[in-house]
Amino acid sequence: MNTHDYLEIGGRKLISRLFTGSGKYSIDSIIPQIVEASGCEVVTVALRRVDFDRAGSNILSHIPGSVQLLPNTSGARNADEAVRIARIARAAGCGNWIKIEVISDNKYLLPDGYETAKTTEILADEGFVVLPYISPDLMVAKSLVDAGASAVMPLGAPIGTNKGLKTKELIKILINEISLPVIVDAGIGAPSHACEAMEMGAAACLLNTAIASSDDPVAMARAFKLAIQAGRAAFCAGTGAQREYAAASSPLTGFLFPNE
Amino acid sequence: MNNIPGRFRTILDSAACFPFDDFFAAITPQKVRHIIHKDNLTKSDFLALLSPVAEPFLEEMAQKAHQVTVQQFGKVVFLYTPLYLGNFCNNQCVYCGFNTVNPVPRNKLSVEEIEKEAIAIAESGHRHILILTGEDRVQTSVEYIRQSIEILKKYFSSISIEIYPLSREEYSQLIESGVDNLTIYQETYNRKLYAALHPHGPKKDFYYRLDTPQRALDAAMRTVNIGALLGLDDFRKECFFGGLHARFLQDTYPASEIGYSLPRMQSHAGSFPVPHPVADAHLVQMITALRLFMPRLGISISTREPARLRDKLIPLGVTRMSSGSKTSVGGYAAEHHAGSKQFEISDSRSVKEIEETLFSMGYQPVYKDWERI
Repeated sequence: MNTHDYLEIGGRKLISRLFTGSGKYSIDSIIPQIVEASGCEVVTVALRRVDFDRAGSNILSHIPGSVQLLPNTSGARNADEAVRIARIARAAGCGNWIKIEVISDNKYLLPDGYETAKTTEILADEGFVVLPYISPDLMVAKSLVDAGASAVMPLGAPIGTNKGLKTKELIKILINEISLPVIVDAGIGAPSHACEAMEMGAAACLLNTAIASSDDPVAMARAFKLAIQAGRAAFCAGTGAQREYAAASSPLTGFLFPNE
Repeated sequence: MNNIPGRFRTILDSAACFPFDDFFAAITPQKVRHIIHKDNLTKSDFLALLSPVAEPFLEEMAQKAHQVTVQQFGKVVFLYTPLYLGNFCNNQCVYCGFNTVNPVPRNKLSVEEIEKEAIAIAESGHRHILILTGEDRVQTSVEYIRQSIEILKKYFSSISIEIYPLSREEYSQLIESGVDNLTIYQETYNRKLYAALHPHGPKKDFYYRLDTPQRALDAAMRTVNIGALLGLDDFRKECFFGGLHARFLQDTYPASEIGYSLPRMQSHAGSFPVPHPVADAHLVQMITALRLFMPRLGISISTREPARLRDKLIPLGVTRMSSGSKTSVGGYAAEHHAGSKQFEISDSRSVKEIEETLFSMGYQPVYKDWERI
């Protein structure tokens, strides 16, 4: 494990580049095992699910203290609601990291870029470490950089579809053009998808459905850990350029350089 | 918003003469199998899955519906509990135990009683409550309901209402007070049958009721849950029109969550013979067809269904269920109001028992899924 290769967000240095969700498990007490098997250091939790009246037994009580809590604004339909959810989360002791989810489309669960940018601007000003979930749209991503986001989280495919990196070409553009960490969130269904995202240069991946809907979530969490490490290592090593054809032993332009 | 959305009545009226029998006769098994494995289903596809031809494919439909549900919602079931605030009613729904001509004792909870009930329900772990009344704007006025909400919101993070239809302005008031979810059943989408079943009282107006979900959504209600009362008419038509209604609402109000309930008729305080009894297999056909048609649709199954059947239905696409329910006025904290019930509960398991069953089935019971903001 290369401990010099870390991802820095909000002043925290993360060795693991795997973030996990928490909303789809058959039992919350599995979360510590998922964290251990995946090595993840960041877990996102929907504030709407946290029952603060049951401090000892709510979902937060299953998240190891060493993990960075990333509350999310699931359920917010606009910037105003997202801002209010974020403030409730911070006031309730969930820290100052926030994943912005503003969804005004319950059919496909696609994020609302405009409202997300407004939310980011307000919360970044208030000192939150803001990680917005977006469609991989370069102009939205640029506006988030200006608004003070700490990373951008484009979707690989719609939430819960497990379809993989359907938006690959657009994510590549974000990786090339955006100075912030690009964390692929949503759509990743298999370790090979996560590996591919990391090989492309994604800073991290956030996963929930692929692990939670597996028959053996702990084993799947481990598989994702290895895939993300492999993809990251490949990216750092520099993958060779792909060719459509074999290198010719009888070059067609060799006549131009008779002395070589 | 400058655009005034169209109304579902236009779609329903234009579909009223649809030649169902001809359509069903043209469906082939190959067509059904093809539809089951499609990604996006059309309205015709949905109706094909409700056809008699689709019945031999229930297992395939169930497998796909299960997979879609787990991907969309995870291995969780959202739980809530109903609280009847009162059973005064001016309607004469001929199938209902609280029908105004039924000689049942009428009462309502006082403010103090509501608080006691709230405490008792909240102690069982519930954070989502559904409050119900009959239709009586004097005995259970909007102001009475608003006062009830003021009390209940101290104990519950999500409050649903299943009361008489309100105006848009009244929905706005209740949303402001803390309501986030409306349940309103059309009972039947068959207009002539509706008229026969609701001969007197404010509920007589078919279209006013049909527009109710939209009045709430125009007021920015977060979640709206609709459905038909199963057993009144041919289930294939009722489910088809109900599904079209849900799809229309989801398309027209994408920011809100749309849910669907499948209440199946059973015995009650009057004596109404169920005209179109719905078999278990047909309940399964409806649940799975709805899930494939609308992957994000919330689907509820009530305590009218027996425990064993409810448990079997969950993996097919059900996302919400009530637990520890009482269908008499009050009944959680004190027994003194527990006289007449709107319907008999078949699943009488406690909250704890349902929780244990869900865990044993590999599902997490979720009591809280909203934070009032």
